[in-house]
Formats: sequence, structure tokens, C-alpha cells
Amino acid sequence: MRIALFATCFNDTMFPDTPRAVVTVLERLGHTVEFPVEQTCCGQLHVNTGYQREAIPLVRLFTDTFAGYDAIVAPSGSCVGMVREYHSRVAEVAGDPGLAAAVARVAPRVYEFSELLVDVLGVTDVGAYFPHRVTYHPTCHSLRMLKVGDRPLRLLRAVRGIDLIELPAAAECCGFGGTFALKNADVSVAMVGDKVRHVRDTGAEVLCAGDNSCLMHIGGALSRLRAGVRTLHLAEILAATEPAAADHVQVSDVEPIR
Amino acid sequence: MTATFLGTPAFPEAAKRALQDTQLRANLAHATATIRSKRAVVVGERPDWEELRLAGEALKDQVLRHLDTYLVQLEEKVTAAGGTVHWARDAAEANRIVVDLVRATGETEVVKVKSMATQETDLNGALETAGISAWETDLAELIVQLGHDQPSHILVPAIHRNRAEIREIFLAEMGKVGEPAPPDLPAEPRALAEAARRHLRQKFLRAKVGISGANFAVAETGSLVVVESEGNGRMCLTLPETLISVVGIEKVVPTFADLEVFLQLLPRSSTGERMNPYTSIWTGVTPGDGPQAFHLVLVDNGRTTSLADPVGRQALRCIRCSACLNVCPVYERTGGHAYGSVYPGPIGAILTPQLRGIESEIDKSLPYASSLCGACFEVCPVRIDIPEVLVHLRARVVDAERGGVPSAEELAMRSAAWMFGDHRRLESAQRAAGLGGRLFRRGRIGRLPFPFSKWTDARDAPVPPAESFRAWWRRTRGTRR
Ligand code: SF4
Repeated sequence: MRIALFATCFNDTMFPDTPRAVVTVLERLGHTVEFPVEQTCCGQLHVNTGYQREAIPLVRLFTDTFAGYDAIVAPSGSCVGMVREYHSRVAEVAGDPGLAAAVARVAPRVYEFSELLVDVLGVTDVGAYFPHRVTYHPTCHSLRMLKVGDRPLRLLRAVRGIDLIELPAAAECCGFGGTFALKNADVSVAMVGDKVRHVRDTGAEVLCAGDNSCLMHIGGALSRLRAGVRTLHLAEILAATEPAAADHVQVSDVEPIR
Repeated sequence: MTATFLGTPAFPEAAKRALQDTQLRANLAHATATIRSKRAVVVGERPDWEELRLAGEALKDQVLRHLDTYLVQLEEKVTAAGGTVHWARDAAEANRIVVDLVRATGETEVVKVKSMATQETDLNGALETAGISAWETDLAELIVQLGHDQPSHILVPAIHRNRAEIREIFLAEMGKVGEPAPPDLPAEPRALAEAARRHLRQKFLRAKVGISGANFAVAETGSLVVVESEGNGRMCLTLPETLISVVGIEKVVPTFADLEVFLQLLPRSSTGERMNPYTSIWTGVTPGDGPQAFHLVLVDNGRTTSLADPVGRQALRCIRCSACLNVCPVYERTGGHAYGSVYPGPIGAILTPQLRGIESEIDKSLPYASSLCGACFEVCPVRIDIPEVLVHLRARVVDAERGGVPSAEELAMRSAAWMFGDHRRLESAQRAAGLGGRLFRRGRIGRLPFPFSKWTDARDAPVPPAESFRAWWRRTRGTRR
């Protein structure tokens, strides 16, 4: 099976540890991962803000880049949601049946990381070790658009040493919503305030999710409050192993995984 | 749509004010949490809930596909049963028809059952101008009317008020327009309801004209259906001599049997009850029983414009249950007034811009009044994909602004699209960001200039890493893909 990594522009640029962790986990499981360098962005920022026309070339680039693969994996529920639910709409706006056909071929093969592991590769125990108190936020697009259900939690429960604590009101949005966080900053802050309160109520030291955009939002608020809670993408917890874990927890957010 | 909301500022500004109202925040958080959990319980009881939703969606879509046929059939059946059907293109025409009908009876007051359609047309305002007093008889609607207020919720228009506020409104206002509230009125639900009951009783017994909306209009039989909880609807629909029902054209359902689906979906989604206490169904007039004159006013008011939009038209499936409001994290914090329309919350954000257009600041901002979390779609009994319509309407807002001097946002979006158009351009940008990131000490950024200050006012921002993923890939994996 040819697996391609869609790192997503946001992770590629801002959170490279996450796609690196995806590579680590998949290679540990014996798979080869390819990174087609032509990839850029799924167009989510543009589509969700109303700039569908600007997204047309991005959708075309995406389908061209990933046409030859059996499975395309992305460590972001919202980017996968964009590809699977909205690329066909953009092709319609473009009025391009060729593009629509290409989207219909590629989009169903795009998986969120936990979907690839559980559904395609059939694993829940990826051999990770992470001896920390963790709570999990099921981001809106993973939960309601992709319906990943308890897949991420099944993966986390199989991690050795983990102390997994349920997050109260977990399904409620953190208030990120892309440009919503800027356009409706006041409402967004009111929402993240409640999310932060629930995270702190768990006493967890790590907040985990499958989308770094939501984590950047909640993490930004936690950091402002000096809450003493770190944010970590699911892939990075799954990539942690016994000798490496002790190292990893001491480095700051901007350092690469060793 | 109604004029009373015009002049509402764009959603972000209106929301900012609402967010500072601690009483409103407390009232809403409590009320929406209560209805949410009631709904979850009664919906959870039904193993076939998803099938019911699919059936509701399919029925409404069938209606919308053949709306012309069903409406003509409805007109024939209502007429054959002794009713009169009137067609109104817009709010002004609907109001004019109703005012003329009331005038023809010689009456100067009417009793009203809660109706979104007449809220939408601001019928009460039109009646007042014509010298006709319209008395709202739904408890929450009465609170809004007595408080010279605007509704803030589809089902519970006074959801933004708590009992203490309601008591004050009753004490101050009831006496001015009818039977006063007792001076020792306590802020107890039972006592408040009793005061409203006494106040309204006189009006019910005196009124010669009743005005209602309808939840459903059955094409096959010409029957109209009103579901309610308080019994005020039953009074308004049966006691007066003349009944005028103002109904949006999308409220038609094909057959009587289709009510089976909707009368299961609506109460469970709406009040969180298995069945609502009162369901009134009537067909034309029945000699010697109930109103002897019945008028049905069918209102378009922007609905056919929405119908012409393949993505937007699903909003016309709405049965006004308000489940989407109760689960919306934005609505829960801002309340309904910030939406500048009688239709607040997620459904308002997709319906108002379709009915009113996207010219005013508030209407342009409504499609953006959502984080696209999808909680509304998940509960909607007729499966309206509200996030999909929001995204679609955002594109309409953006496209309508194109052609002039591009806004800062448009320029930013265009340059982002250019950068993402080729991976080599993205790589240059990443290198620049990585260099920029070195200016910061490792950790987080606490302050950024406008517009990013909107972010950093309350949230730290991450520092771009020195090495992007793709740079690491190339460094460690070489040219291998
Ligand atoms: S959009 Fe759906 S959930 Fe919202 S009021 Fe209408 S029917 Fe109910």
C-alpha cells in the first residue's frame, strides 16, 4: 500500500513535530511513508472564509499531488474534513467536471491519522509509552464531520503509562473556527474560557487533540494564564516510546522530537 | 423582514455588548443547558431517531421540489372547506391583507397565538399603525410584548429574562393594557403564570378575531396544524369568530400521514417532550363550531429566492424547533438579539441573509457568526447542514464585494492563495517565518500588531519553528519523496 503524508500547510510551517511523529509511528509499524513535496494547502482557510474561487487552484494541486496513492493521511481532522466534504463543492464552483472526477477519486482515500491507524491499518496499540496525566479534546471536525468517534481514545488507552482523564463538556467547541477567532474574537474568547476551565478541572498536565489549530487556540489561552498545561497532538503522544519519552517531556514546544 | 431590528450593528459588535451582560449570560446558560439535556433524554429514547430525521428531510425536500403543486392543492382544499386563501409576495403585502381583513370585521383588537411568520412581517407593528391592538397570548411572547422588548429565541422568546425580571415587567405593565398583576406578586413560576392567565382570560373572552401561524399545512386535506404547550393557542383558534392564519409557503406537507413524522420530530427537538400538550388541527370552517370565517395568508417574503439557491434552499426545511439555538455555543453566550432578526442562532444566521439579502452590515456578518462546530447540524430534526450553508453564504458575501477596491482581507486571501499555489513559494515563506521566529525567545508570543492583536489580546501565539517539516524531510530523507 502506498501511503502519502499530507502534512497540511499549518503543521508543515508551525508544528513540524506533528507530521514527523506521524512518520515515526507509521515507520515503527513497518510502513513506508512518502511525502510528495508538491503539496501545499487543502484550501480550508479560503473556503471557510468565503474565498471559494481562490481555493480552486489549491484543490487542483491537491488532487494532482495525491492522485497516485492508496491512502493519504493527514494529522488534522479539519483539513481531512475540508477535502472529503468540501473539495467536491469547490470543483462545482469551478464548473470543471474533470476536477470533480479527480476529487471523487482522491477525496475518499484521505484519512485522518486515527482513522488510518484503526480502520485502514487495523491497529490500536502502536507501542507508545507516555507516563503523563492526559485529557483529550475531540475537535469539532473530527467528532461531527468525520465522526472519528472513540478511535483516538482507543489509541490513547493503549498507550503504556498514560493516565487518561475524561474532559468535562468535551464535545463543546473551543471557539477557534479559523478566521472566526479573529472576526468574532470576543465570542471566541468567551468560548475558549470555558474550555480552559474544563481542562484545568481535570488536573491534566497535557491536553491532547487531533488538530493543532484547536490546540494552538486552547494552548494559547492556557499559556496566557500560565496554567501549567501543555498541548500535544495525538500523533506526538503515539510517537513517544520508553527511552525517548523522558527526553521529550523536558523540551519546549518549539524543539523537535529527538 | 421586520423593521424593528434594522440598525442592529454587525454581529461582532452586537455580540460584544451582549457578552458583557452577566445577567443575560447566566439566564441563557441555565435555560439552554436545561432544554439541551431534556432533548437529549427524549431523543435518546428513540432507536429510530436517525430514520425519523431522514424521513423528515426527504419529505421536506419533496415539498420544496414540488412546492407549486402542493400550494395549489392546499388552496383548493382550504377553499373547498370554506376558507379563503390569500397570497402575499412580501411582508408589506401580508400585513396589508391582514389589516384589511381585521378592518372588515369592524374590530379594533385581536388575540394572537405565537407565530414566527407574523414576527417576521412585524404584523403587530402594522396593526398598531392601523389602530388595532394585537394581544400576544403565549406566556413568553406576552413577556416580550409587555416589556417592549424583542424576542431572542424561536421557542422561548423571553429566554433572556429570569423570573425576577418577569415579575417586574408584569407589575409595571399589565395594568396599563388590561387586568393588572396582583401587587404582592411573588417571583414564583406558578404565581407568574397565574397572573398571566388572569390577564389573558379577559382578552380571550372578548376577542372576535384570532391571528395565528401554523406549524404545518396539509396539502391533501387543507388542514392546518398548530402545536403548543399552554392552551392559549387552542383558545385563539376556537373562541373568535374570525381566524386569520399567516403561514410561510414552505410550511406545506403533502399528506395527513406525513404528520406522523413531524409530530414525533418537533416536540422532542423543541421542548424536549415526547408530545406537546396541545395539538390543534382544523380544516376550513365547521358550521356552528369554532370560527365561522377562516383566512389563510400564504407568505413568500424571500422564500422563493432561497428556493432558487441549490445549497441555501435546505434552510426552508426548517420546522422552527430551535434545537440548533439550544446547542449553539455562540448563541448560548450572545443570546438572540445580537443576530438582529426574529430568527436568531444558527438557523437565523442562514435564513435571515437569504430572506433579507446581504446588503446591511448585520446581514453580511451573520454567515460569519459561527465557528462551524457543527453541533446545530447534529441535532437538526430535518438535517439542515447549517455549516455547509454558512460557508456557501460566506462565498456569496465575498463574491458580492468583489470588483471594487479590494479589502485588506481580500488582498491577504489572494496573496495566501498565490503562496499556496506552488510549494516553492510556500517554502520561501516558511524560511522567512523560521528566520522571524528566531527573533523571539523560544516559547510563545504575547503581543502582535492588528489584526493579529485580535488573537493575542487574550491568547498567546506560537513561535514559528526554525525548520519546517518539509525542510526536515529534505535534510534527513534527501530527494526521496
Ligand atoms: S434549523 Fe433545524 S434545528 Fe434549527 S430550528 Fe430549524 S429545524 Fe430546528
